[in-house]
Amino acid sequence: MGQEYAIEMVNITKRFPGIIANDNITLQLKKGEIHALLGENGAGKSTLMSVLFGLYQAEEGVIKKDGKEVKINNPNDANDLGIGMVHQHFKLVQCFTVLENIILGVESTKGGMLQMEEARAKVMALSEKYGLQVDPDAKIEDITVGMQQRTEILKMLYRDNEILIFDEPTAVLTPQEIEELMQIMKNLRAEGKSILFITHKLNEIKAVADRVTVLRRGKYIGTVDVADTSKEEMSRMMVGRDVNMVVEKKPAKTGDVILKVEGMTVASKVHANNAVKDVSLEVREGEIVCIAGIDGNGQTEFVYGLTGMEPLVDGKITLCGEDVSKSSIRHRSTHGMSHIPEDRHKHGLVLDYPLEYNMVLQRYFEPEFTAKSGFLKKKEIRAYSEKLEAEHDVRSGQGPITIARAMSGGNQQKAIIAREIDKEHKLLVAVQPTRGLDVGAIEGVHRHLIEERDNGRAVLLVSLELEEVMNVPDRILVMYEGELVGELDPKKTTVEELGLYMAGAKKNVTVNANTSEIEESEVIDNVRSGKEEA
Amino acid sequence: MNEKAEKKSLLKNPSFQAILTSLICIALGLLIGYIVLLIINPVGAGEAIKTILLNFLSRSSHPARMKALGNTLAKTAPLLMCALSICFCYKVGLFNIGAAGQYEAGACFGLYAALAWHMPWFVCLLIAALAGAVVGAISGALKAYRNVNEVISGIMLNWILLYLTNMMLNKVKDPASPYTLKLASANKAALIPTAGLNAMFSNNKTVTLAIPLAILFAILIWVILSKTKFGYELKATGYNKEAAMYAGMKEKQNIIVTLAIGGALAGIGAAFLFLTGYQEWSTTQTSVPGMGFNGIAATFLGGLHPIGTIFASFFIQSITDGGALINKSVYPSQISDLISSIIIYLCGFVLFFKFALNNWIDRGSKKKEVSKVTGKEIKADDASKGGDK
Repeated sequence: MGQEYAIEMVNITKRFPGIIANDNITLQLKKGEIHALLGENGAGKSTLMSVLFGLYQAEEGVIKKDGKEVKINNPNDANDLGIGMVHQHFKLVQCFTVLENIILGVESTKGGMLQMEEARAKVMALSEKYGLQVDPDAKIEDITVGMQQRTEILKMLYRDNEILIFDEPTAVLTPQEIEELMQIMKNLRAEGKSILFITHKLNEIKAVADRVTVLRRGKYIGTVDVADTSKEEMSRMMVGRDVNMVVEKKPAKTGDVILKVEGMTVASKVHANNAVKDVSLEVREGEIVCIAGIDGNGQTEFVYGLTGMEPLVDGKITLCGEDVSKSSIRHRSTHGMSHIPEDRHKHGLVLDYPLEYNMVLQRYFEPEFTAKSGFLKKKEIRAYSEKLEAEHDVRSGQGPITIARAMSGGNQQKAIIAREIDKEHKLLVAVQPTRGLDVGAIEGVHRHLIEERDNGRAVLLVSLELEEVMNVPDRILVMYEGELVGELDPKKTTVEELGLYMAGAKKNVTVNANTSEIEESEVIDNVRSGKEEA
Repeated sequence: MNEKAEKKSLLKNPSFQAILTSLICIALGLLIGYIVLLIINPVGAGEAIKTILLNFLSRSSHPARMKALGNTLAKTAPLLMCALSICFCYKVGLFNIGAAGQYEAGACFGLYAALAWHMPWFVCLLIAALAGAVVGAISGALKAYRNVNEVISGIMLNWILLYLTNMMLNKVKDPASPYTLKLASANKAALIPTAGLNAMFSNNKTVTLAIPLAILFAILIWVILSKTKFGYELKATGYNKEAAMYAGMKEKQNIIVTLAIGGALAGIGAAFLFLTGYQEWSTTQTSVPGMGFNGIAATFLGGLHPIGTIFASFFIQSITDGGALINKSVYPSQISDLISSIIIYLCGFVLFFKFALNNWIDRGSKKKEVSKVTGKEIKADDASKGGDK
């Protein structure tokens, strides 16, 4: 094409025992382009990047910089070649300032003394040039996630990196912050930087990328121009089949109130103040209510309080007419509450237990699985596990005796969902049930949630994914800094409006009577009409 | 080709791995011990290592051999109980280094009950178990409610209990020596019955019911851990405390119960030694008895399996006793402890060797895969590898 490539990875093959993580993959990043790398979880994106950073050595294939073959043996080599990365989970020192974090590792010194003024001037110049607003003297722990990300970007620029890699950069941002980031990426491109953008969000690719390379199960599927490719086509390339992007559901048929939360307040583990403040809500039979919000706004603590994993500071929880505010986790679980936890490794599974033991984690004590003598009924446990595996298509290497750790994330999640749905319950609390799952698996989880609703269960969904928030629930409650700040009707609201609520820029009082700030009366009307149905 | 695949799967079998790595540890321990002996005095090294390994077998006559074996068995029972204590807690994710202190508590109250209150042996045994359980539960409660690491609280309790025991047993000691009164003369009823077992070991009266009871405890622990609801809960708590809480288990209570059971096992261990009349407690001792610590080695050498622990305990006790038989005219008297502790130390490397073995297997299979894909001569590769083994 006559155009020079900034970096090329040609015919890269990387194998691990029993799996080919990268099978003959070619990725060519042109100078001054935004190139998206698209693929589901486990498609080989991370492995490919690890090869680029010298964390792994490819068995076959070469890496070329500006057309010349280079050898990258460790991350320092990559850095010397001008390759920098913004990781999904920021690598910042919390108690250092923005400026200190930026210069960390490349401090300029004179006689052993730091030369901060020089660094500050360079950082401020970069910040201005690319529109990256930061406060250089603020500590990382005090600034927003968006500013932390800008700090990470400045870190790359400060090191004069020419090739910038963004690993799933939008996962933790509000819609407005995502918008800003897209603009920043465009600015960087305009200044001649080459950007590799790892994501599985098609909208974002459409918004900024010039070309996209798609990987599927370790294989190279193709590289296409974004402008000539529809989202549906990209999704098909990624998943290998047609994916139903819209969640189909019938109108909700709501019944009795199953869950009633009044004035719930939960203490925070990290701060002195409460993480959840005076939250009240209701969930009825046959509806899906979604708590939306940006990560870290009290959703986790709310769920802990609801399920009994944290004591309440104040408030009342009524489950199927029974006050369970002070009941044990076991009591809530056996009296109608099922819980798909946020962190399936931390809470959802005993990873070193076989699958069959995990399948009965909520029911092992029932007479069906434990004899009066206290011995486990292993045959029954095996049979039950096999039944659930068959019904929910849980795949594993050795069936019931597979150690849960050895299963893929999607199948681990399927196992948890199978367990929680099969157990007797009236309320399903599903916290980020599609986190880390690929498109095909997400579709399945959503179908399950709708099915639950149609079977007359009350479903409380906690989600960070905008697409999920907009498509799955019947009502949206937005949580911001531990309070419910708005109730929206997914049919009537827009992503932009949702974003304003999530960012705390908008509030309405219909949810929390004691929230006094009203910024947009128009919104309230909009919302009230939605609330009346419920 | 087929045979090779079988070999691979055998190598990957966890039980086989456990036994293999334990044997590697033993061999390496003996080798290093041998080298140390060579450095000190090359003349008697071979003889000394043989003595350590053979232990009772090195005695000249059959009755003497059986008597020595009886002594080793008598001390294996308490060691096995300490190992079971550590093994049980380890399965629940707790490192019960406090077994030594729980053992001291068992010795203290077991002997006190025997000598001061003149209780029969089974009551003393129960009191020893209870004392150990209480000490274990202290560590457990600190861990559960205040998140104090059980290793720290365990080590501190080891010393507290040592001096508490010295103080308590000072009241029932022989006026002429620092040792507690001999049970045979002070309270015969407190001696654990031999039930005729002594006859098999040249009338060694220290061979008592304690030995079969310890083995029964090992089986009991294995059954509890692998077959019961109780074991299911405890292991779930050990593997993942958060998931146990999520599933509505009382994880705090489980931690306390686990350490209390571990404490009871170690307490019984002490009773199994001191209630056989094998030895008396020295009220002037200033070091924590090694039994609780040797239990750690026995646990790892036994592949963290209650049944494996039986054999590991016997082996460790056997080399410890064998070490005492080394010719003291050739080597200084500390040599026996030095050599057996080197071997015991190496026993702790079981997990390391397991890890190394798995790495080696993985690398082997990766190599094979690569050669397959790149189309190198697989047969030649295999043949050379087969030769290696």
